[in-house]
Amino acid sequence: MDDQTKNIIKNHIDSNDVCLFMKGTPDEPQCGFSMAVSNMLKILEVKFNGVNVLENQSIREGIKIYSDWPTIPQLYIKKEFVGGCDIIKEMYENGELKKILENKGIDYKKD
Amino acid sequence: MAMDLKEIEKHIKEALPDATIDIQDLAGDGNHYSATIMSSQFVGKSKIEQHKMVYNSLKGKMGNELHALAIKTKEQ
Repeated sequence: MDDQTKNIIKNHIDSNDVCLFMKGTPDEPQCGFSMAVSNMLKILEVKFNGVNVLENQSIREGIKIYSDWPTIPQLYIKKEFVGGCDIIKEMYENGELKKILENKGIDYKKD
Repeated sequence: MAMDLKEIEKHIKEALPDATIDIQDLAGDGNHYSATIMSSQFVGKSKIEQHKMVYNSLKGKMGNELHALAIKTKEQ
């Protein structure tokens, strides 16, 4: 991965408390897994930045190296890689996602 | 691009010999799978580390030959 790509990725993660690397956009996801994570964040009313990797091939490949994770979507909260679709789904279902949002001081919808 | 169910199982088994593996071909197209993997090697590891162990066992095929593999890991 070249430095420019790395900087773009780092900049997205640094400047957004909740950053989702995804295929498509939150309004128009292009993949079911990306849609699933995006929807969970929407349900929790979490403000997040969606980075559409389909618009930039070097980010699409670069993020996999950056996180050492082979699939997309990838969710970052306060610069920490939290997981891909399966992990986020599990955390959503068992309440851990709310816990991590709470611990990191991110606003979300409380029941 | 597709990958055989047995091949996925073989790769995971090589890396995690004690694992109990249940794989479903979700769409019947050899391209969308769901796997539940139970192994004692997951004990003490974070979910991210556990999933990485499974991804690593597939030796770079995940995201390439293998388009979609939903993973659920359990400690046993």
